Amino acid sequence: MKGPHAFAQKHLLGVEHLSVEELTTILDLGERFLEIAERPIKKVPTLRGKTVINLFLEPSTRTRTSFEIAAKRLSADGINFTASASATTKGETLIDTAMNLDAMSPDIVVIRHAQAGSAELLTKHIRAAVVNAGDGQHEHPTQALLDASTIRAHKGKIEGLTVTICGDIDHSRVARSDIFALRKLGAKVRVAGPRSLLPLGVESLGVEAFDRIEPALEGADVVIMLRIQLERKAGGRFPNTREYARYFGLNPRRLNLAKPDAIVMHPGPMNRGVEIDPSVADGPRSVILDQVARGVAVRMAVLYLLGGGSEAVE
Amino acid sequence: MADILLRGGRVIDPARNFDATVDVLLRDGKVAGVDADLPAPTGKDAQVIDVHGKWVVPGLIDLHTHLREPGQEYKENIETGTAAAAAGGFTAVCAMPNTVPPNDNRAITELMVRRAREVGAVRVYPIGCITQGQKGENLSEMGELQEAGCVAVSDDGKSVMNSEVMRRALEYARGFGLLVIQHAEDCNLSANGPAHEGPVSTRIGLRSQPAAAESAMVARDLELVALTGARYHVAHVSCAETVRLVREAKRRGLPVTCEVTPHHLTLTDEACAGYDTSTRVNPPLRSDKDVLAVREALADGTIDAVATDHAPHSSVEKDVEFEQAACGLIGLETALALCLGLVHANLISPMALFERMSTAPARILGLVGGTLAPGSVADVTVVDPQATWICDPSRFRSRSRNSPFAGRSMRGRAMLTIVAGHIAFAEEKLVG
Repeated sequence: MKGPHAFAQKHLLGVEHLSVEELTTILDLGERFLEIAERPIKKVPTLRGKTVINLFLEPSTRTRTSFEIAAKRLSADGINFTASASATTKGETLIDTAMNLDAMSPDIVVIRHAQAGSAELLTKHIRAAVVNAGDGQHEHPTQALLDASTIRAHKGKIEGLTVTICGDIDHSRVARSDIFALRKLGAKVRVAGPRSLLPLGVESLGVEAFDRIEPALEGADVVIMLRIQLERKAGGRFPNTREYARYFGLNPRRLNLAKPDAIVMHPGPMNRGVEIDPSVADGPRSVILDQVARGVAVRMAVLYLLGGGSEAVE
Repeated sequence: MADILLRGGRVIDPARNFDATVDVLLRDGKVAGVDADLPAPTGKDAQVIDVHGKWVVPGLIDLHTHLREPGQEYKENIETGTAAAAAGGFTAVCAMPNTVPPNDNRAITELMVRRAREVGAVRVYPIGCITQGQKGENLSEMGELQEAGCVAVSDDGKSVMNSEVMRRALEYARGFGLLVIQHAEDCNLSANGPAHEGPVSTRIGLRSQPAAAESAMVARDLELVALTGARYHVAHVSCAETVRLVREAKRRGLPVTCEVTPHHLTLTDEACAGYDTSTRVNPPLRSDKDVLAVREALADGTIDAVATDHAPHSSVEKDVEFEQAACGLIGLETALALCLGLVHANLISPMALFERMSTAPARILGLVGGTLAPGSVADVTVVDPQATWICDPSRFRSRSRNSPFAGRSMRGRAMLTIVAGHIAFAEEKLVG
């Protein structure tokens, strides 16, 4: 894996400001890294000697593990720095944390934080490349990349597809990043959910908004279900999870409104029986676990590009 | 006190609709003469200051300043805050009551009045709390607050949410002739949203509050004004809906006035897109439609006054994540230049601007100043409308640096600020 890549960014803070070429570069590279997971020795020396810090200041299992595996498969030294163990619970500011980490000369810092703009704030106080692994309700770029990767693999393309994102759009950084990425790559994006969970002016992002999910599902190629983010006070926006499941959950009957070959995705963690019926989650159209597998590959691609990896993969 | 003759400036006095190039003589703390070719004063230390090409206006009055003393002197104090005011062309500031402890009793008011007398560069008019501890429950001792020097009441920073409490506050204040200034925000609806709700907040993922959080509270209050007949003033109007409500209320003849800040006149919510915490302010920076509405309302008089909402915060409160940052920005040393930008863009006349920045604030609170009529107090600001400068908060008199205008090219500034005939601020090259 050699040669110049169309990727001029120092950090990965979001999808909004990435070009189509940069998105495609990451997706193509991720495709090639996917194969490493099938090898008996799942490791390449690409980032040997590089230090990657996972600064996770909000609870996360899947994303942190995925980044950790991605770093290890590239032979980087990965260190986890989580909220419960960190100085932030002792009152240290994010800027002080950043400056302390900077003094240890990491090459890449992956940050997950409960507030929008925190990844960008970090870049102002640290020399390392910064990867946004989710900042509040703002962006979660690697999730969008792995979603795009999954869609491209199953549909052969993204351009011209109709993608319907259902659920708690307002609190969802995944929805924002998915909208930016999929629109850039030529998909038509619909968002659907109770109007109380759709952000005011969501149409300005270039999507079609629906306050019932049935019309949004009609003819869709891809259905992405989102979790209700009760930790972000979504609870007051609808009566209860029982009624939510009844009107906004994805069950087999509703899925039949989509195209016969439509795929179902979910960024996880799922609330089975709330936004998604177990028979759909485990059904033949679900590609949810493939998303997880591709997450590692796409994150390897991101770390590779930001970490200045240059050695051959083969 | 030595006489001062301001020679050859363009004198703009909105109180008399006066605009002419004449001399102004200040003597014994009063305006002694406004006329062409006044003879130079001859007394010991008398000064003649050449202000050709400059504008001589009644001293600016800020209805809305946070001086942070007592309690948060690490952000600002009466000495630094009034020095910043003088440097910005203000001859008087109204000090908001969200000090620590809040100014809800005469002991705090008396302290502020005494400190202002000892170290203040400009006049300081304390504003007392509407309710004890700004809690929105029990009325504060408005009679004693007024006796000690308060000129109005406000729970600024907090809205009086309970309609019954607001009603009684309006009635009680009316009996003392005290203006009630409301920070209008339905706190349930706003839920501490750090950004304006709309396409920008949707894009940048900041939690947000709708403009209706402000206008819904103003609408309620206007009904209570109709019920009680009390005088009511809306602080920092930020959105088109509030402008519409105030315009209608004035047409109904209700005794309502309002103010707008320089930042709501000049910045939209796009300024928050880089998560610069100096743009975190409450009410939040709004849409371009709202900015156009408040500009138009300032020009046509629906909005009575410009007020800075000067809100100093230290790096402790501001060098954090956007949503954790304290609300507010410093405004005393940028207000005049930002508003002169509206004059340069022909959005408002100089006469109307200085009416909004001096004459109207004086009228709303019944303060001295706001005019250069002979016999009035010698509170005067000399403005160089063309001076260009780069905003550098590290050079401000304020103790805090939280300005979203850092690095911006400015045009126009105060070159001389005179309070009761004393020079409170002068550009170094101007007065020897």
